Amino acid sequence: MVGIITYGVYIPRFRIRVDEIARVWGANSDEITGGLGVFEKSVPDLDEDSATIAVEAARSALARRPVDPEDIGAVYVGSESHPYAVKPTACTVGEAIRATPNMTAADYEFACKAGTAGLQTCMGLVKSGMIRYGMAIGSDVAQGAPGDALEYTAAAGGAAFLVGNDEPIAEIHHTCSFTTDTPDFWRREGQNYPRHGGRFTGDPGYFRHVQSAARMLLGKMGTSASDYDYAIFHQPNAKFPKRVAQVLGFSAEQVRPGLVVQRLGNTYSGSSLIGLAATLDQASPGDRIFVTSFGSGAGSDAFDIEVTGAIRDPAIFDRGQAPTVEALLRDPIYLDYAQYARHKGKIVMQQ
Amino acid sequence: MRDVAVIGIGCTTFGEKWESSFGDLFVEAGSLALQDAELSGEQIDAMYVGNMSAGRFIEQEHIGALIADYAGLSTRHIPSTRVEAACASGGLAFRQAVIAVASGMEDIVVAAGVEKMTDVGTGASVDTLAGAADREWEGFMGATFPGLYAMIATDYMHRYPLTREQLGMVAVKNHRNGAKNPIAQFRQEISLETVVSSSLVADPLRLFDCSPITDGAAAVILAPLERARGFTDTPVKVLATAQASDTIALHDRRDISCLDATVVAGERAFAMAGLPREKIDFLEVHDCFTIAEICAIEDLGFCRKGEAGRLTEEGVTALQGDLPVNTSGGLKACGHPVGATGIKQVCEIVQQLRGEAGARQVDGEIGLTHNVGGTGATVVVHILGVT
Amino acid sequence: MSVARFWRKIPQRYNLVGTRCESCGRHYFPPRSFCPDCRRGGKIVEYRFPGTGKVVTYTVIRSASEQFENTTPYVLAIIQLDEGPRLTSQVVARPGDVTVGTRVHSVFRRIMADGESGVIHYGTKFVPVKSGK
Repeated sequence: MVGIITYGVYIPRFRIRVDEIARVWGANSDEITGGLGVFEKSVPDLDEDSATIAVEAARSALARRPVDPEDIGAVYVGSESHPYAVKPTACTVGEAIRATPNMTAADYEFACKAGTAGLQTCMGLVKSGMIRYGMAIGSDVAQGAPGDALEYTAAAGGAAFLVGNDEPIAEIHHTCSFTTDTPDFWRREGQNYPRHGGRFTGDPGYFRHVQSAARMLLGKMGTSASDYDYAIFHQPNAKFPKRVAQVLGFSAEQVRPGLVVQRLGNTYSGSSLIGLAATLDQASPGDRIFVTSFGSGAGSDAFDIEVTGAIRDPAIFDRGQAPTVEALLRDPIYLDYAQYARHKGKIVMQQ
Repeated sequence: MRDVAVIGIGCTTFGEKWESSFGDLFVEAGSLALQDAELSGEQIDAMYVGNMSAGRFIEQEHIGALIADYAGLSTRHIPSTRVEAACASGGLAFRQAVIAVASGMEDIVVAAGVEKMTDVGTGASVDTLAGAADREWEGFMGATFPGLYAMIATDYMHRYPLTREQLGMVAVKNHRNGAKNPIAQFRQEISLETVVSSSLVADPLRLFDCSPITDGAAAVILAPLERARGFTDTPVKVLATAQASDTIALHDRRDISCLDATVVAGERAFAMAGLPREKIDFLEVHDCFTIAEICAIEDLGFCRKGEAGRLTEEGVTALQGDLPVNTSGGLKACGHPVGATGIKQVCEIVQQLRGEAGARQVDGEIGLTHNVGGTGATVVVHILGVT
Repeated sequence: MSVARFWRKIPQRYNLVGTRCESCGRHYFPPRSFCPDCRRGGKIVEYRFPGTGKVVTYTVIRSASEQFENTTPYVLAIIQLDEGPRLTSQVVARPGDVTVGTRVHSVFRRIMADGESGVIHYGTKFVPVKSGK
C-alpha cells in the first residue's frame, strides 16, 4: 500500500507579530487578530528562499529514515515563490539530497495546494511501479502586498514527504480532488504581490472546494468525520479551517494538533503539509487522519491516511533525528517591521 | 653572483590622486628615480614592475609593455616585465630585479610598483583586493580581506596576551611617523581613542586598524655594486633577497596566527646576509592591518609570539625606540597602493641608510623590508645596508 | 562567478563532498585526487562530510564586497570539520552567539545571486548547535 515513508519540516527562526504590522498601517490589531486568529507569522532569513527551505525539509525527512537517495525516482516542489520562474527548484533539491541524476523532477504551482498536488503525483508514480520513492515538497516564502490583509498572514516554511511502498509510517488509502476555474486569488507573471477577490475567496473559493473534495472522499471511503482521529485543513487563518471542520462534522479536538497557523501564519504550499506533519509528530499507530488542502484558482486535494506501527519502530523511523513542528515553532527571533521589510525584499534597492 | 646596489629611488605622494592616471603615476615615480640616480632613460637595461590588478582597476593588462612605453623606452625595446604576488607585487618586483642584476644578465634595472585603485568604486576595489585570497573557497563564502585578517586577530587574541589598546598603538605609532613623511596619504597624528572607537569593519578590526585604498607609485634603480659609485655617492647594498610561499587560503595554514612564509623568508634572508637579527637597525613591515605588524615582528623572530603588543606599548618599535618599525608610517599612514608598497618600503630603508629621512631619521646601517601577499601566501624579505 | 565555474563545484558547495585516503585515513576538503602524505601508496575515495565541526576563529563582517553588501553584518568563520579539514564559511547567528570553539552543523542557504536576473548560488553555511537539539 502506498504511503508516507518519512517526512520533514523546516520553519525559519524569525517572526513578526501581527500587532507590529498593524502598528505600521494604523490598523486595529485586536480586530485583526480577532478576525484571523493569527498572532504572528514566520519570516525567512536574508539568505533563505523556497529552495533552501525545501532542501532543509527534505534533508530532515531523510535524516529520520535510512533511505538511499539514489532510490528516489522523483522530486516535485510546489510553491508560489519559486526562486526562478524558469529553472526548477526541484533540480536544486534533487542535487542537494543527492537523488540526481536518475530521477524525474518538476516544479508545481497551484497556489497553496501545489505541495499536495506533488504528493498525488508521487502516489501515482509509486503505485504504478514506475518509481520506488518520490519526494513531494510544499515550500513558500509567501508575499502579501504591504498594507493588504494578506500581509498579516503570508509566512515562510515548508514540508517534505517521501512517498513509497516499503513499510510506510502512514498509508494513504485514497486521495481525490475537486478542481474548478475560480479566480479567488491570483498573481500575474512579473507582479510582486498577489491580488484577491476579497470576500469572494471564502464561500466560492475555500469553502466550496474544501467541502466538495472532503465530501467526495468521505463518500468514496464510506466514512464520516467521527471515523477519524485527526483532521487537517488548509489554514490561511485560524477561522476558515475551524469553520469548515465544524461544517463537515469534525471536532475542535480533531483539528487542534494540526492547526499551527496561529503561531506560524500561512505558509501557502507548506500549509496543509506542515499541519499534517504536526499531526504525525504526535500520532499513534492506527490513528486515522483526514487531510484536505486548498489552492486558489482553485482546487482541493483530500487524503485518507492511516498511521502504521512503523512510525514507532526505531529501526525504521526515528523522528528525533530532525526537529518537530513544535520544536521549530519554539524560541523564535522577533523582528520589527523595518527588519521584516528588509528580509522580505520589500525595500527597493539600487540595482 | 654579483653584489647589487640601489643607486636611485623615487616615490610619488600616496593618496586619492584624481588627476593622475596609472601611466602618470608610473612616469612620475620613474622620473624621480632617474633624477635621483642622475641617469637618463637610455641607460636602463630592463624593468620590472609590481602591480596587483590593473586588469580589474583600470581594465588594462600587459603592464610590462605599457610602462616601458610610458617611460619613453619602447624604441629601445628593453625587456619589461610585470610581476604579481598580490600585495607583495612590489617586493617581488624588487627581488626579480635584484636577481637579474646579481646573475649578470642585466646591469641597470628599474624595479617599480604602481597601483591606481580609485578609478573604480569602493565596492569593486574591495572585491578586487579579495582576489589576494582564495576566491573559490574564501571569497565566494563572503570573506573580505579585512575579514581574513580579523580572523587572524580573533585567533591571536584568543591565544596570546594582546589588548585592544596595544593593537591600536600600532596605528598611533605609524600615524605619528607618517606625519613626518611627505609622501604619506595621512599626515596627521591620531589618538588611541580615535582608533579604538572607530567603526567596526570586521570584528575586532576597526576602521583605523586598516590601511586605506590608495593610488601611488614608487621606483628604484639597481646596478651592480662594482659600478654603483659611478652613479651615486650613497649606494645601498642589497645584502639579502628571500621569498617564501604558503597555502593561499588562511584556513589551510598550519597556524592561523603565524605566517610561516614570513618565518621562512626571514630565515632565508638572514642566512643569505650572514647576519644575526640583532644587527637589524630598523624595519619596514607589511602592516596592511595593525595585527599584521604584530605578527610580522614576531614571525621575523624579533621577539616571541605574544610579545609584540607589549613591545609596541613600551615604545620599542617607535621612532626613538630600540627597533624602529615602519618609520615611513607603514601601509597604515602612507596608504597602500598595492603594487607600489614593496618598492616604497625599499625607498624608505634607502633614505634612512643614506641619512635622507629628515624628521623620520633614525640611526642605523642595516635595514629590512617585509612585504606580504594576501594573508601570507607570499612573503618577500630584503636586507639592505650601507656600503 | 560564471555559471560553469559555480556549477563545477556544486557537489562541494551543496553537500561538502570531499575525499578520504583509505591508506592513511586522512580526509580532504576540497577533494584531493592524490594523497600528499601517501602519494602513490594512497587510495583515495569520495567522502561526504556530514557537516559537524567547531569554530576555530571568526569575525563579523560589517563592510562587505558588492555581492554581499546587503547581507551585513554576518559572521564569517574558519570551521574545523570533525574529520579534520578546515574551511571558511558563514555562521548564521547573532554575532554574540559565536565564539572560538562553538560547535556548529551545516545548513543549506543562498550564498549570493548574480543581480536580479542572474543565477542564484546556493551553498553550505553553518549554525551553532542548539543545546538539547
